[in-house]
Amino acid sequence: MHSTSVYAVKTLPRKEYFASGHRACPGCGEALAVRLVQKVLGRNVVVAAATGCMEIVSSPFPQTSWEVPWIHVAFENAAAVAGGVEKGLEVLKRKGKIKEQKISVVAMAGDGGTADIGLQALSGAMERGHDMLFVCYDNEAYMNTGVQRSSSTPFGALTTTSPVGTQQKGQLTHKKNMAEIAVAHGIPYVATACPSYPLDLAAKVQKGMDADGPAYIHILSVCPSGWGISGDATIKLGRLAVQSGAFPLYEVENGKYKITVDVEELLPLEYYFKPQRRFRHLSKEMTGQIEENVRQKWQELKKRSEGD
Amino acid sequence: MKMTERAGMEVSFAAAEAVKLCNVDVISAYPITPQTHIVERLAEYVANGELDAEFVPVESEHSALSLCMGSQAVGARSFTCTSSQGLALMSELLYITSGMRLPVVMILVNRSLSSPLSIWNDHSDVMSIRDCGWIQFFVHNGQELYDHVFMAYKLAENADVLMPVIINVDGFTLSHVFEPLEMISPGKIEKYLPPYVPKYVLHPDDPLTMGAFTLPSYFTEAKKAHDEVLKTSYGHILNTFNSWAQVSGRSYHPVEKMYAEDAETLFVVMGSFAETAGEAVEAMRKQGKKVGLIAIRLWRPFPFEDFCHAVTGAKELIVIDRALSSGGPGGPLASEIRSALYNVENRPQIRNYIAGLGGRDVTIEDYILMHDNSIQGSDYEIYGLKGDETSA
Repeated sequence: MHSTSVYAVKTLPRKEYFASGHRACPGCGEALAVRLVQKVLGRNVVVAAATGCMEIVSSPFPQTSWEVPWIHVAFENAAAVAGGVEKGLEVLKRKGKIKEQKISVVAMAGDGGTADIGLQALSGAMERGHDMLFVCYDNEAYMNTGVQRSSSTPFGALTTTSPVGTQQKGQLTHKKNMAEIAVAHGIPYVATACPSYPLDLAAKVQKGMDADGPAYIHILSVCPSGWGISGDATIKLGRLAVQSGAFPLYEVENGKYKITVDVEELLPLEYYFKPQRRFRHLSKEMTGQIEENVRQKWQELKKRSEGD
Repeated sequence: MKMTERAGMEVSFAAAEAVKLCNVDVISAYPITPQTHIVERLAEYVANGELDAEFVPVESEHSALSLCMGSQAVGARSFTCTSSQGLALMSELLYITSGMRLPVVMILVNRSLSSPLSIWNDHSDVMSIRDCGWIQFFVHNGQELYDHVFMAYKLAENADVLMPVIINVDGFTLSHVFEPLEMISPGKIEKYLPPYVPKYVLHPDDPLTMGAFTLPSYFTEAKKAHDEVLKTSYGHILNTFNSWAQVSGRSYHPVEKMYAEDAETLFVVMGSFAETAGEAVEAMRKQGKKVGLIAIRLWRPFPFEDFCHAVTGAKELIVIDRALSSGGPGGPLASEIRSALYNVENRPQIRNYIAGLGGRDVTIEDYILMHDNSIQGSDYEIYGLKGDETSA
């Protein structure tokens, strides 16, 4: 779809496929991510969406923000619906019922629709090898229902179901590593991304789209409402997540790891945590422990990406 | 010239043969007893190149129907098949499939819902999704199942209907028996069921949003529209029965009747009960008893008028349910019938037996006993309990 193989700001298509006027909160990182993803996917795509924030903000009947064919069925089955779209298009082309052309198939879900309730359908789709891209828009909790914890909520974070009380201080479990679960399926392309790094994100969507078989992209989507930050801090928070090592940006192409946004020296995790209401209760000690864990994981990732 | 070919085969294989003749594009299913023989045979057809379709063996029934919804949404003729717990697992999607007007066809090989776990037949599975908004048929024998597959696609894909269809077939007692069947020639099916030309599809050339959510300002209207479509589908169902009769010589009706005109007592059943009950009625007629049989073929939309007309003149109905509404008024079929007859003058009395649960046989003698006995002081009786002297 593009004459260039490397994205630069000017080569990002001007055409929008995710129309403005949707009902997302001011500063929504997810809406921004969706907009960027759709720009790269272009017109020849079918999108299958899970129930969640993006479904709700973009499809209130009789309005829609979708300028590409889009289907929403339920919460846990975006990957299965997309699998049907892919198989359906394949057989219809083979039987000559629709014209031969490349139509990308994309499934999208939030972290709940991916890492929790949607994990089985996603695993099944990856295992069966559907030629599709699954994009997880991870805002690290069930934001649509009012900020409940998911398995993607980071350790220590306050949500309405991982509250801060006298006996418990926020989320007690560590963030499920969805990208690694995807890698374990042996699929051709897995990546993490964040709209604060739009060109990195765009290049990954292009690769995921071009991959022959299932591709998985996990996008950190800053949520001002759920994280307790102001709407104009979204981009900055995304950068801090990456620069502190809390959310490293990397890709795994046919099993080969590569950190795509390298950080020479990680910023203190406190820089990332401090602006967010969900981490405000954490003591310096606790933040320090979490930081240790973050740094250890970063080193492991570094090692893996230098392995070849 | 020989018009039809007769073949003896297992009913499940006959169903698979019919699905193959419908030239479906996508089949997706997850294994559950007693649905397996249908799906296994379809997998073989695809593997042997006898059927050009995508066979997608998914990781759950939930994904099986989800996948069929996706494939149907791009315009591919899609098929799935399940039983019991599998249906329960896909139940949320059943409501969505019909709400989104995706004309998927499913064969539901009826089996009990756990617990206790039982792989054998009753109708508790389908009764749990009674209100899912699909067109729902019950068949009596293998020939009917075979025939209904063609009619189901014809009906579902009708642009004025666009509704998914469930064909209920009793597990094991019907799905796994051998029957002599009249097979239809592929040429006739090609004419009867031309390739699916969908009205609305997901395609980049004409982007559509499917599955939008509604605010309270539209939800009721959406439900009203759904109800209207199901009700008006009744006429299309009659047309489908008629056009099939022209192709096959076999005619079907929403409500099937046997000795109903002059019967004082009418059995009312669904599914394979109709075969045995029919024999029981023949036997009782020979004894001079004025009995008859009503078999409900069309469960949704419920044929209220046909039914009320069919039972006019009868003094008593013996409604036999193969499911139980625990803690409720008895069986779901009897409930439906009571409400159908409530405003009818001189309506017949109703006796409701719950029988044949979890694969227990209901024999000709049982029907005769049910007819001869009465129910004391209750709206319904669970028939044939161990130690019950009044049962066979």
